Amino acid sequence: MTQLALVIDLNVCVGCHACVTSCKEWNTSGMAGSMADDNPYDADPTGTFFNRVQTFEVGEYPCSETVHFPKSCLHCEDPPCVPVCPTGASYKREEDGIVLVDYDKCIGCKYCSWACPYGAREFDEHQKVMKKCTLCVDRIYDENIPEAERKPACVRACPTSARLYGDVHDPDSEVSIAIREAGGYQLMPEWGTNPANHYLPRRKTKIRIHEDELVRADNPLKKETDRPTGPIDEPTLDDVTSW
Amino acid sequence: MHPAFSVIFLTTLIGTGQGLFLALYTSESYSAVKLLPAQSGVFYAWGSAIAVVLLALGLATSFFHLGHPERAWRTATKWRTSWLSREVIVLPAVLGAIAVYGVVHALGWNLTLFGIDTGVSNDLTLIIGAGGVLLTFTLFLCTGMIYACIKFLQEWSTWLTPVNYLLLGTASGFTLATVYAALYAPELVYFLGGWAIIILLSAFVTRTASLIRNARLKPKSSLQTAIGVRHQTMTQRSQGQMGGSYNTREYFHGAPMWLFRSIKWVFLVLVFPLPLLLLSVGMNNLSVAILLSAFLIQYLGLLMERWFFFCFNESIMARCYDRAQCKTRLTFWAQTGRSPGIFPGLLPVPASRTWPSISSMCWQMAVCLSPNPEPVPERPLPT
Repeated sequence: MTQLALVIDLNVCVGCHACVTSCKEWNTSGMAGSMADDNPYDADPTGTFFNRVQTFEVGEYPCSETVHFPKSCLHCEDPPCVPVCPTGASYKREEDGIVLVDYDKCIGCKYCSWACPYGAREFDEHQKVMKKCTLCVDRIYDENIPEAERKPACVRACPTSARLYGDVHDPDSEVSIAIREAGGYQLMPEWGTNPANHYLPRRKTKIRIHEDELVRADNPLKKETDRPTGPIDEPTLDDVTSW
Repeated sequence: MHPAFSVIFLTTLIGTGQGLFLALYTSESYSAVKLLPAQSGVFYAWGSAIAVVLLALGLATSFFHLGHPERAWRTATKWRTSWLSREVIVLPAVLGAIAVYGVVHALGWNLTLFGIDTGVSNDLTLIIGAGGVLLTFTLFLCTGMIYACIKFLQEWSTWLTPVNYLLLGTASGFTLATVYAALYAPELVYFLGGWAIIILLSAFVTRTASLIRNARLKPKSSLQTAIGVRHQTMTQRSQGQMGGSYNTREYFHGAPMWLFRSIKWVFLVLVFPLPLLLLSVGMNNLSVAILLSAFLIQYLGLLMERWFFFCFNESIMARCYDRAQCKTRLTFWAQTGRSPGIFPGLLPVPASRTWPSISSMCWQMAVCLSPNPEPVPERPLPT
């Protein structure tokens, strides 16, 4: 069974919000209608977003680092928001594992948002329905756009390729390899929701160099000349038999 | 949680209506076996009418918290998985059962179906009422389980939640029944008032138990598991929004801290000891005014109890937000008047500001939730 998901690399995310704006641009222009966007240039700007980037300072200055943390619906494999929905508007697609909201069935009771421990759902104050990341379901299957572009808008927008997209159930997919090899993890695993989206941790690339490695030690004569050789009849062992 | 007032009124009104019906049926079944003097059908009919009005009012207010009330009929479709859907089905069923019960009493259909000598020769209403009682208990279960089934909301996720809904609703219904009996059937006042007091005392035990349980609750999730970074010190620098989002509006009650802290003690007094006192005084003096004040004070207390029930619950998601920052950031924006631009959440942080850390937030939350909270020092706003 396919389970499409995003893998977000916290090691390369620079917190530019390109995914946020690209997501909003794509999804506010779709056939589901615009997403709320109130007072965008005024006091108290607010609105509906499928994707937000939060920023955390980890540690205390000066021993601190900045973690930009994009969060959107994690498309859980056992989504707690789906069974609580009284109308069946929230559902998980069998064929690709995307969790979606049917905006024509949603009554806007907000019960699903209470049941989501990740805060991934946002109520649209104008359309009065619950909204959430669709993994750009109207884009990834659109045969009118080139195949290379059939990816979620946030993935296409990310300038540092911090967002990977693919099938996490396929062990050979780009995302599965990234999860496997870079220590991908799920959020709040203690609740057993089994989120499909994974995060790759911050990691340090270090090389350890000892001081004696900086000094050339295998040239005792300190000269770049031909080495003296022994008599021709003596057994040799390069660089080992000494002079 | 930010409580919707329609849900507060819904749960308290239907609780009282269900309790009133249970009280009527209890007195009828006692009189059927000649433990109580039998009442006329009119008494039960008008009592049922009051219960139906309360339930219908509750049902009507519940529509106000829906974004699309015209699609409410769809909520009956997912009863296999959703407790909310089950409640939506059972509530009209209870309403109908009580209405039929009242109508049969009003029409005086003294049918004897089983031929048992019950003294009132009227076991049709007893049978209809038994079905109503079954449905009423199911409705209490559904209402409670709507909240208790969300395991992430640890304050709600306990068997005490449906038990409290059952006992608090029944207590207020029996109190209302005592008022009603004081007006039209004074010989039932001691019986109904006595039961009201017994149920009230058991509700006090379970509600206090849930308060103690919640005060000792250890959150299963933390900011560390929420973002998967294992570090003890983390500070939120940006929430990903400027003027608040659905999450900051929905998961923070936004009430002043003094109100939030005091309301627990206010509702504990208004729901339990005060009605208890008024009930016993009113019963002994047969004073409708005192009994009515007992019911009204208790209902006011129940509204507060329900408000607290919703507010008290911190979604674990809310732990990812620096609560103190929610306000100060906006205040800073308002004072400087800087435009946020197109990027939500990217605002220069004033250098003079010492942002509260997550650990201080946790401390603040612990203070709010502890039984004897200390005052939280006010933080100076940036100038």
